[in-house]
Amino acid sequence: MSAAIEIIASFLAGLGRAQYFLLGILGGVPAALARPRLVIQQLYMVGALSLIIIVISGSFIGMVLALQGYRTLVRFGAEDSLGVLVTLSIIRELGPVVTALLFAGRAGSALAAEIGLMKATDQLSAMEMMATDPIKRVIAPRFVAGVIAVPLLTAIFCVMAIGIAGGHAIGVELLGVDAGSYWSQIRASTEIADIQQMLIKAGVFGFTVSWIAVYQGYHAAPTSEGVSRATTGTVVVSSLAILALDFVLTAFMFR
Amino acid sequence: MTTPTPQADDVLVRVRGLSFGYGSRVIYDGIDVDIPRGKVTAIMGPSGTGKTTLLRLIGGQWHPGAGTVAFDGVDVHQLKRRDLYALRKRMGMLFQNGALLTDLNVFDNVAYPLREHTKLPESIIRDLVLMKLQAVGLRGARDLWVSQLSGGMARRVALARALALDPEMVMYDEPFAGQDPITMGVLMRLIRTLNDALGLTSIVVSHDITEVLSIADQAYVIADGKIAAHGTPAELRNHASPWVQQFLTGADDGPVSFHAKAPDYLADLMGTAK
Repeated sequence: MSAAIEIIASFLAGLGRAQYFLLGILGGVPAALARPRLVIQQLYMVGALSLIIIVISGSFIGMVLALQGYRTLVRFGAEDSLGVLVTLSIIRELGPVVTALLFAGRAGSALAAEIGLMKATDQLSAMEMMATDPIKRVIAPRFVAGVIAVPLLTAIFCVMAIGIAGGHAIGVELLGVDAGSYWSQIRASTEIADIQQMLIKAGVFGFTVSWIAVYQGYHAAPTSEGVSRATTGTVVVSSLAILALDFVLTAFMFR
Repeated sequence: MTTPTPQADDVLVRVRGLSFGYGSRVIYDGIDVDIPRGKVTAIMGPSGTGKTTLLRLIGGQWHPGAGTVAFDGVDVHQLKRRDLYALRKRMGMLFQNGALLTDLNVFDNVAYPLREHTKLPESIIRDLVLMKLQAVGLRGARDLWVSQLSGGMARRVALARALALDPEMVMYDEPFAGQDPITMGVLMRLIRTLNDALGLTSIVVSHDITEVLSIADQAYVIADGKIAAHGTPAELRNHASPWVQQFLTGADDGPVSFHAKAPDYLADLMGTAK
């Protein structure tokens, strides 16, 4: 019983520390935006360098959805609706969720490891002794870049999954679904609200993963094991947070 | 033992009644330290005794449990963040591993404080950086990345960076640790020469006794959370305490026993030890 209370108390204390840390980051955001070069540099690191994994994953997920969807729809003679199935599945759920999970694994873990190593090698302490606030100089630009990158990556993921190499390639080019039906049904069934909600989800996930990654890195024990735990913690906590938040957001959005 | 008693104005850093600990472990138990202006002060002591901790307390990175640290008459730990950062521009610190920013090259590392805290044009920053690098003998290494530097070079670059804003005081954390004799000699000469040429105040934390005492004007020996001894190098070498003598000469037995506490050897071998 006391062990359970201890775990809950420790969890709540960690949550409190993380929120306090977030306030510090948000306070540093204006300083980061005032030096766009730092943000752009980080946008390249977390965004551009994640492009390949996003493009490839988006394509394969679109292809698998098209194959599975076609098998089911063709039994009802509804294969012309394949585009709608792929598009709504991708835009509403798989796009933001899978992109955020991939982002946590690729960029989130890298952010945590980089910041953790900077701490372990006294680079953050050195910045403080040079009268530079590491929250403004290191943490806030990475956080802002993460928040910007995830919606952009999600949009690219969706384009790849629905169109270029995903659902269109399999459904239209391979399985022979009429291209006009594929695209016209997508256009008729997809509302602007769907895209808005996708971007909201992506923004929330980007915010959450970036927050978790920089928190884990900044609070890592300054040892090899500490950095290792920070990277693992980033991926595990981010993944669980993404899935839980997805449920909450979906429940509110599609009431 | 003669204790250095500098006049009030001669003291740049005054530590009074400083206590600090990690949980139940006491690192400092009410110590007093004076760092005189323009001098090289050595802080020595066994590993794990809290020498680096003292530098972090002086720099305001950590807060003491009790006591005060005054830099030029200003209590470091009473300052607001902005004022503390302004004060830190008057201090430089050389970390044990250099703590260079690994995403920048040598030139940009030295230029970093100038770019962060001044609005100088890039042409002047270039000249200043080259002057600092020339002072540490690494002007020719300006384009190297941190990963291409040896340990000694990294510390010299870090020293150039610590001097970039022309501080009044530089704190050196174990500058000689793990260095070959040539690099050690270079670093020793640099610390002494720069201190005298630039009118700095230097604090050198080290347990390389011979090296640090050869360049220090005064030294403190810290052990068990207290000041075990302080004075000029000559005074320390003639110190009456057997512990201080063992520490300075590196004798393997003395007040600090070679053997860990154990039962009687013979009884232990015979299996009759309790």
